[in-house]
Amino acid sequence: MNLIYSQSPHMTTSESAASMPHLGPHIKPNLEQDLEPVLQVSGVTKEFPGVKALNNVSLELYAGKVTALIGENGAGKSTLVKVLTGIYQPDSGEITLGGDTKVFNTAHAAALEGITAIHQETVLFDELSVAENIFLGNAPKGRFGLIDKSSMKAKAVALLKRVNADIHPDTPLKELGIASKHLVAVARALSVESQVVIMDEPTAALSLKEIEELYTLVEQLKQEGKAILFISHKFDEVFSIADFYTVYRDGEMVGSGAISNTNQDELVQLMVGRPVEQVFPNRLSIIGDEVLRVEDYSHPTEFADISFRLNQGEVLGFYGLVGAGRTELMQALFGITKPSAGYLHIEQQQVAIRSPEQAIAKGIVYVPEDRGNQGTIKDTPIFHNVSLPSLAKTLKHKLLNPAAELALTREYTERMELRAAALDQHVNKLSGGNQQKVVISKWLATKPKVIILDEPTKGIDIGSKAAVHHFTAELAAKGMAVILVSSEIPEIIGMADRAIVMRDGRIRAEFSKQEMTPEALVQAAAGIGSAA
Amino acid sequence: MDNTGDGITGSASGKEAGSTLARIPDHLAPWWKRALLNWESMLLLVAATIFMINSFASPYFLDPWNLSDATFNFTEKAMIAFAMALLIISGEIDLSVASIIALVSTAMGFAAQLGVGIPGLVFVAMCVGLLCGAFNGFLVTIMGLPSIVVTIGTMSLFRGISYIVLGDQAYTEYPADLSYFGQGYVWWVISFELVLFLVTALIFGILLHKTRFGRTVTMIGNNPTGALYSGIRVKRVKFILFLLTGVMSAVAAICLTSRLGSTRPSIAFGWELEIVTIVVLGGVNILGGSGTIPGVVIAAFVLGMVTFGFGLLNVPGIMMSIFVGLLLILVIALPRIWARLASG
Repeated sequence: MNLIYSQSPHMTTSESAASMPHLGPHIKPNLEQDLEPVLQVSGVTKEFPGVKALNNVSLELYAGKVTALIGENGAGKSTLVKVLTGIYQPDSGEITLGGDTKVFNTAHAAALEGITAIHQETVLFDELSVAENIFLGNAPKGRFGLIDKSSMKAKAVALLKRVNADIHPDTPLKELGIASKHLVAVARALSVESQVVIMDEPTAALSLKEIEELYTLVEQLKQEGKAILFISHKFDEVFSIADFYTVYRDGEMVGSGAISNTNQDELVQLMVGRPVEQVFPNRLSIIGDEVLRVEDYSHPTEFADISFRLNQGEVLGFYGLVGAGRTELMQALFGITKPSAGYLHIEQQQVAIRSPEQAIAKGIVYVPEDRGNQGTIKDTPIFHNVSLPSLAKTLKHKLLNPAAELALTREYTERMELRAAALDQHVNKLSGGNQQKVVISKWLATKPKVIILDEPTKGIDIGSKAAVHHFTAELAAKGMAVILVSSEIPEIIGMADRAIVMRDGRIRAEFSKQEMTPEALVQAAAGIGSAA
Repeated sequence: MDNTGDGITGSASGKEAGSTLARIPDHLAPWWKRALLNWESMLLLVAATIFMINSFASPYFLDPWNLSDATFNFTEKAMIAFAMALLIISGEIDLSVASIIALVSTAMGFAAQLGVGIPGLVFVAMCVGLLCGAFNGFLVTIMGLPSIVVTIGTMSLFRGISYIVLGDQAYTEYPADLSYFGQGYVWWVISFELVLFLVTALIFGILLHKTRFGRTVTMIGNNPTGALYSGIRVKRVKFILFLLTGVMSAVAAICLTSRLGSTRPSIAFGWELEIVTIVVLGGVNILGGSGTIPGVVIAAFVLGMVTFGFGLLNVPGIMMSIFVGLLLILVIALPRIWARLASG
């Protein structure tokens, strides 16, 4: 069995190859002999309309070992977790547990087989007590099949002790902090005698001290012989607790092996090194005068000391990991949340923006990441959506004028190449890409100066992606200032004139077009290497 | 700086697709289909049916004065129902409306005792209605409390104040001319209340369907977050709707007080549910997001005629409640049953 290996099917472009370390098979004989995988994923493919989220991926987990699953946003990590926990069913491929092939049709089936997941946002029930959470769906039964509360409590106390948690089992879960909730989730994992524990970015919301405690816990789980899948963006974590690594990229497995045989550079290469398959519009940037200047913008909890400038005709990329504070910053610029300090200048004039209405009036518009909830008002006609911020312009004798609204909608949706059955079709009948075009049309109709695109191509098909990219380029060419928030490195590099990298609510690095490389962006975002 | 929005067409991508892309039509269905296949048309059919049944069932039904009397069954409730419709479309509700009537009427009686004239009484009524609406609006929009809970609370609170002031007493001393609001006729059988009902229907119809404010109400009800992200001042709009509901409750209170000529704390007891019934029967989505004023107008007529017809036939009041309850469940269930059958 070829237990540990690396493969790099796409590493053929000259640029990547030149900087690549040797990626031949790393085989550590002593490991190969001793270990049989507890859980083995082989050839799993999962397709969604328009996207192959997982393409023939594999993964192996070993008893008493931590395997780190590494990859960019959208690499397929979360999809794999959902396949393993029975939330998604794979289109093809096999999952074996302890040598037997398993099919998890429901989340319950996966839990019964001993697979437990601890998510970034732990899926527990705030209104229930700690003990109830630990034994939910699995509670000790007494007479008449009712829950045996005293035995449940006693078992909960024992489990909490095992994870060194000083929590009373009757405490309502909502009174606990995130770290304690993680401990409860781990206790839950132990209660069902899980063989496999999946930790999906468990440290994303934890403080340093809490992270230390989590590490101790992971050690304990290892000693109890659990096979652990550890998903993280943070390389220091991976190197301090993982035994093995597996790297996914664009839904494919691109490498795996022992942590002791690799280094940060190699993992970063594996994560980002991809063939240049997406063609981005060729842009000739003509940068004009300053449109927006942000000075020392801060928020009580989400971001601090943000300063940057944005010029006419410029596309400014914002890169960072999930939770870096990019969306929160953009929402503050758009007036959804209020900054606690800082100044905003539009065309050299200081302005205060305290509501979206004011932001729109000052020429700042925001295309949100959450298209379904924030971007569109779904169960209403397309033209009502597009005309909403511009209604004042379409009124006739101060009354609504549907003909003018339709004309306005037609003007802007045609530029966006919207595909719809009619302009009074409800937005929820459109595909994700076309919904996005409705959102952008809505904002163009307000004739903005600054347009903020927050993950504009997330979850939309390739064709619509290209349309959004072309249009972004066109907007900049016409002198609009564009902020492009994206977690896709190719999108940032392909579109942006400058890129700002955020981490933990602060700006950590800024790159010019020439300085932008996938490696530099990832390092700055994860806080490793010289950029940290 | 005027080069930002205009003239973005004409790029490479725009040219290519502009010629190949078929022109998107304005509407999915032709205008007559949109006009006929909707809730209001269905409701109009129901109204016509009930009208026919009534005229066959009782020879007194078609008498103009009887019909005129029948309108008093719904005019006051319907005036509140218009404001309530807007509030429910926006995703909120006000269950304190009947209690606002009690409080407004009590305030009017108190003022009348002090010798305040008719303009003064109207002014007092409007102020109390506005204050009640503002209180509800404050708790819902600024404090962020759920409106159903807030207004169940104020429902007890407002009527409670009325009980404290009046106990088992009643105000009966009103200026003689006040009776015009509730008992006066503008022309022949056309009562002042009926005219007021039609005028407010027109005003609210224009407000909801023809103004920017009305459009934002519908959009907020569909998705308050989406509306906020489109630059709508969601809280402000909702606050105004609570004020409007308070004001319309005051208008109804003036009419009712004038019609009865007296104020007891139990005045208009239980009206809030009848008003919500009119609104829902009128095709307003109880979860918010859609509804029309013409629908509410027709629903008011339907319920008024049913009440009147049952009265003529000496059907006991409890039968009336049962019938209205069944009608309500039926009209809510019908579209869903229809959709299920249609989808196979």
